[in-house]
Amino acid sequence: MAMSNDRPSEVYFLATCLTDLLYPRAGLAGMELIRRAGVRVIYPKRQSCCGQPAYNSGYRDEALKVARHQLSCFPRNIPVVVPSGSCAGMVSHHWPELFAGEPDEAEAVNMAGRTFELTQFLVDQLDLQLEDLGEPTEIVVHTSCSSRNELGIEERIESLLAQLSNVTVREQARKAECCGFGGTFSIKQPDISGAMVQDKCDALEQTGATRVVSQDCGCLMNIGGALEKQGRTLQPQHIAEFLLERTNVSN
Amino acid sequence: MSATNQSKAFQSRIGEALGNQQAHTNFRSAMNMLMENRLKQFPDQEELLHKRQRADAIRAHALRNLPALLEKLEQKLVENGIQVHWAENGEEANALIHQLLSQAGARSVVKGKSMVSEEIDLNHYMEERGIKVLESDLGEFILQLAGETPSHIVMPAIHKSKQEIAELLNRHFPEHPYSEDVDTLTQQARQILRDQFRQADAGISGVNFMVAETGTLCLVENEGNGRMTTTVPPLHIAVTGIEKVVELLSDVPPLLELLTKSATGQPITAYFNMISRPRQTGEMDGPQEVHLVLLDNGRSHIRRDEELLDTLRCIRCGSCINHCPVYVQVGGHAYGTVYPGPIGSVLEPMRQGLDKIGALTSACSLCGACGQVCPVQIPLPKLINRLRAEAVTQQVETQGVKGQGSLRKLLEVWTWKGWRLIFGSGLRYRLFKLLATRLRRLTPPKMGGWSRYRTVAKPASRSLDEMAAKAGFDHE
Repeated sequence: MAMSNDRPSEVYFLATCLTDLLYPRAGLAGMELIRRAGVRVIYPKRQSCCGQPAYNSGYRDEALKVARHQLSCFPRNIPVVVPSGSCAGMVSHHWPELFAGEPDEAEAVNMAGRTFELTQFLVDQLDLQLEDLGEPTEIVVHTSCSSRNELGIEERIESLLAQLSNVTVREQARKAECCGFGGTFSIKQPDISGAMVQDKCDALEQTGATRVVSQDCGCLMNIGGALEKQGRTLQPQHIAEFLLERTNVSN
Repeated sequence: MSATNQSKAFQSRIGEALGNQQAHTNFRSAMNMLMENRLKQFPDQEELLHKRQRADAIRAHALRNLPALLEKLEQKLVENGIQVHWAENGEEANALIHQLLSQAGARSVVKGKSMVSEEIDLNHYMEERGIKVLESDLGEFILQLAGETPSHIVMPAIHKSKQEIAELLNRHFPEHPYSEDVDTLTQQARQILRDQFRQADAGISGVNFMVAETGTLCLVENEGNGRMTTTVPPLHIAVTGIEKVVELLSDVPPLLELLTKSATGQPITAYFNMISRPRQTGEMDGPQEVHLVLLDNGRSHIRRDEELLDTLRCIRCGSCINHCPVYVQVGGHAYGTVYPGPIGSVLEPMRQGLDKIGALTSACSLCGACGQVCPVQIPLPKLINRLRAEAVTQQVETQGVKGQGSLRKLLEVWTWKGWRLIFGSGLRYRLFKLLATRLRRLTPPKMGGWSRYRTVAKPASRSLDEMAAKAGFDHE
């Protein structure tokens, strides 16, 4: 774990297009958590998307062009924090492959090396200390597949939640199983994806928790959308919002 | 099959599979058990990683030196008295095997479990030529009675409940009393099969590992049917893919350990056969003749590509299948291929061509579970992603995957071009955001298959970009 004198004094925030457009409050909460820890947070205005949707659909030229634009928005050699495991994984793991042999490969590899998923950054770089100010509550965590299988950082969200004294984390059955989102997979194979999210919703609800917390807006859009469609009471929330809500004195 | 037709056929198989609640329940409970059993065998994740790295290195080394190792293997096998035959494709392999059987005057054959024999559709070929092939593996035997194909590469009849199996056995062998007790059913099948072993003119088996150093054929099994098949009849024909070779005898234990633990969660199988020669003078048992048919069937083509080559490291444990969240929903038959699940979704399009079966690559959420459990570290998600790119590419190369570019559709091409136009420019994306947030009420309430299972998320009234500025964050 990084010592406090290794703390960066400023970071870029890579919002992700999904957070920017659909879940801005989750993004804002993430930025606030970092700022509250005394780190300057910069939001590059021209940023858009990491290129993942096209990359995962096989359209690598299109993915490269969008990723190249994104790369140009984060030029300085400071950490890039992403409130999503899959987008962080795209930059840190797949950009080096996507940019391989391109003139800007070195820049892409450099950015890949300084890109962190939000909970990973809060724990590993900031050693964030939290004090729970909220009422007792029971939640269930859905870690995204990218945070587990690609980044291997699934314990970070758990360790942040473990600091909250009034929060009980319930264990879901088959916690390592995908929720069925998979980006364009949910459009191309809607029925398989639908069956997967159904099983996931069942497993989450069976825990008896009132809230499902995750670090990926994609998973939350999928799970939340299915829960709402079925009229279930379980509420989806991004980890950043949940952490901020429970630890902000002004709340 | 045209690209559109294969997609349609695949979708219809998926629809059928998703509608079969019984099969889904069977798959779910079986996969849960297999995953739990595997996990118990690997309590130490660090040690597991070390073992996977070692197994990966053994297989990668063998594939790098494949031509030399195959030559060495052939030389050793011949020295040991095992005759070696080479087949370019399934047709050639079947013809070779048929010729060997005909020469021996064989009319009835027992066959151990072998996915390569499924790959070349051996049973049909022989039956069309008047040779009876009896499956001796219990799961395969059940499927042969049912007239079905395997739904899993290790547990072929996993989609069947014990009630279904009981009814099947009772219908075909009414002389045995109806029972749903698993041990009784196994005993009945054992009695039925035992007579067949004695009468068979030849035995056909697959191979798990071939050792170049010693000329040994290794066969992993649990029921003893593999040993019976390869020792009782006077003629034994083994058939397998060329990639199954390893260099040294000492390469086998690390692979065997990972194979059985990853496949069924067993520390070792009940039987492990090492076949090195036919019956020698003065020996009481064993076949008089042993043959090995080595099948290429596209493997050399796959090997030429530095990335796709990784697929050939596969030791057929089926762990990727057991952990696949898509497989557990649709089961093995939905894939419509010999090899289902993640390994099938990479191997089958490479083998048959993207134009034939490239649609399989769409049935993956890229969750990465398969890559995490693969004992030889095949980067399955990366390979699926690569095949998706090959399927829609515009640059078709002779050396590439068969059927390159065959799934390229104009609507999709223009969608991604439009996407690139918006997301590839800060200015255009900001304009898009402004429209999406200000006109959020115009968001369509239905979006194809998505809204069949979920509500559609509307854009927020203000983007994060705007909210961050208002909250005093710095822009750059």
